[in-house]
Amino acid sequence: MGKLTFHGGVHPYDGKELSKDKPMKAVLPKGDLVYPLSQHIGAPATPIVKTGDHVLTGQKIAEAGGYVSAPIYATVSGTVKAIEPRRVATGGMVESIIIENDGNYDEVVYEKPEPLSELSKEEIVSLVREAGVVGMGGAGFPTHVKLSPKEPDKIDFCIVNCAECEPYLTSDYRRMLEEPEKVIGGLKVMLALFDHAKGILAVEDNKPDCIAKLKRLTINEPRIMVKSLKTKYPQGAERQLIYASTRRAIDSKRLPADAGCIVDNVDTVVAIYQAVVEGKPLMHRIVTVTGDAIADPRNFIVRIGTNYHELVEEAGGFQKEPVKIVSGGPMMGFGIFDLDIPTTKTASALLCMTRDDVSRWEPSACINCGRCVEACPGRVVPSHLADYAEQGDEEAFVSHNGMECCECGCCSFVCPAKRPLTQSIKSMRKMVLAKKKK
Amino acid sequence: MSDLMKVSSNPHVRSKATTSNIMLCVIIALLPAAGFGVWHFGFRALMHIAITVASCVFFELLYELMMKKKVTVQDLSAVVTGLLLAMNLPVSAPWWIGIVGGAFAIIIVKMLFGGLGQNFMNPALGARCFLLISFASVMTNFDYDTVSGPTPLAQLRAGGLETNTVLDMIFGNTQGTIGETSMVALVIGACFLILMGIIDLRIPGSYIISFVAFLVLFGENHLDMGYISAQVAGGGLMLGAFFMATDYVTRPITKKGQYVYGIFLGVMTGIFRLFGASPEGVSYAIILGNLLVPLIEKITMPKPFGRGGERA
Repeated sequence: MGKLTFHGGVHPYDGKELSKDKPMKAVLPKGDLVYPLSQHIGAPATPIVKTGDHVLTGQKIAEAGGYVSAPIYATVSGTVKAIEPRRVATGGMVESIIIENDGNYDEVVYEKPEPLSELSKEEIVSLVREAGVVGMGGAGFPTHVKLSPKEPDKIDFCIVNCAECEPYLTSDYRRMLEEPEKVIGGLKVMLALFDHAKGILAVEDNKPDCIAKLKRLTINEPRIMVKSLKTKYPQGAERQLIYASTRRAIDSKRLPADAGCIVDNVDTVVAIYQAVVEGKPLMHRIVTVTGDAIADPRNFIVRIGTNYHELVEEAGGFQKEPVKIVSGGPMMGFGIFDLDIPTTKTASALLCMTRDDVSRWEPSACINCGRCVEACPGRVVPSHLADYAEQGDEEAFVSHNGMECCECGCCSFVCPAKRPLTQSIKSMRKMVLAKKKK
Repeated sequence: MSDLMKVSSNPHVRSKATTSNIMLCVIIALLPAAGFGVWHFGFRALMHIAITVASCVFFELLYELMMKKKVTVQDLSAVVTGLLLAMNLPVSAPWWIGIVGGAFAIIIVKMLFGGLGQNFMNPALGARCFLLISFASVMTNFDYDTVSGPTPLAQLRAGGLETNTVLDMIFGNTQGTIGETSMVALVIGACFLILMGIIDLRIPGSYIISFVAFLVLFGENHLDMGYISAQVAGGGLMLGAFFMATDYVTRPITKKGQYVYGIFLGVMTGIFRLFGASPEGVSYAIILGNLLVPLIEKITMPKPFGRGGERA
């Protein structure tokens, strides 16, 4: 039997050796904390504090702005300094709550929920919702929505995305190694919601230690299996992950639930665990601070809202002048102008590189080599789609399956002509989606 | 830290492959066969190669300077075109043929259609066919003092191999164009390209297999192994299948389309060689195949992931 995988994909330099052996370390923020009201997909959260209010660690400061939305909690104690637009990693200005840290970390008393076996399904989902849990792998989709599919009886698999296929990232790796019981505990919470489902921990085979550990800990769990996937980017892309671990394939029009699957990433599952078992809201996440510009690459337990400057300082500052800084991984992360950006629920890494591959080469003419076709996990023809996008030919773009692109970046990565294929396709997809919404 | 960082859309890393690296690999892969040609046919072959390469690079540069376009000769694609064209010339050809051929390949076939990546015909082959039609006697005259006698395919046409054995053809000790005679040298180059991940066997494999199948079905000699090996090794098939049918720009980009294209070339080469006026047929088959690429791509569009494409 071949390895569990999908067709296409690429093998970029993975850079994980920089930080993989560094245990998770908690970072206490020193300066102000910034909480963008929109750090998830869906309606922005609505502030329930005002300037001058004193808040405690773990106190809710913004309420979900609708069903597809999530509340936000203070991660330090202090005073609300302002509610104003601030720059976020994606480049835009987003209305944010700014809290001046008093350094005391006075915490609210959390109400410990009933044991899992006593909780009803509705109670579990509402605990997840109240805790502000969203997809922490990058998408930021509110988790309670994912956990409430139309037909819960048809869910066959709850998959924990432990692939961590993005180069440089080691946050999920450390979490699995150091707190595997929380990952498994979170998965058990998910399984409690879906009576017919089996749990899958899907790990790339470059993490044999995690696979061994998780297997050992789940040996007596008949509903949970650990699957070892081939190491390849984008193994952790939702649709590719589902296919690799269950052989079920969905196109962009269908949801994982249509294939009987619910997928959540490692940190999200841990957040589910903390919400339902410990009664704690989402306040921390693991951030890998790495790259060849960083003196001491590390994995930090970061309080959401912490400024990126502080993370770089904690990692020993810059040993070389950085040229490019990415919030997230190199394949799907966001390039940022400077470090004055807050850590959000979806920020998995801060990557500081001394070289920028993108500006190093000028794009040139397509020679039709077909490398993008070979690499595309969506099985489309990126070079043609990019042509249609650049010509503004929306009709041809859509009829040649342009909307099936998952924006993973493989095509731009392999292109010898250094064409910004992903970028062109992404822009056109945005346009088409925006028109559909109207 | 006062300076702003560079930002761009994802992905933020790029692979090391570049267009000029790829072209350089193709040049390296062509060297064994070209070198063999020089050794086999003598110094005149080297002069042809030098003239044709220089002509291609010169005309690309000239066109770009005159049209005030960005100079792109450093991508080495013109060198590849020149080298391929020279390898398709008979050593007895006059000196000017490389200059005229280079000008036609670069200006008419490549630049007028928009330059690298936009031409719908392989420039070297387009030029070869142009030269064959315009200067037929010059282009089919293989009489030259270092190697004499008709080409293996001409011998086959005339009734059977007279002066050469199949082994001669495999090593290249035969009459032919400068770069086509040695199957061994061409295959060494092709293996290099395959190892470097620049070409794969989809097109050459389906091309050669379908050509052989066509010979078996429609040739007079059917399963005569000597005849078939002479047809495979004795003409331009190896050079064509590994180095010209695989030209990125003028072959289908879809995987299925590459098989369709390879089979089409095999069948067309068979038809030209068995029933055509000339003993050769590779160049015309590939040129014809080039013209069908948009159609082939259209009918072989891959199915996307989640709609059947995930198994491909």
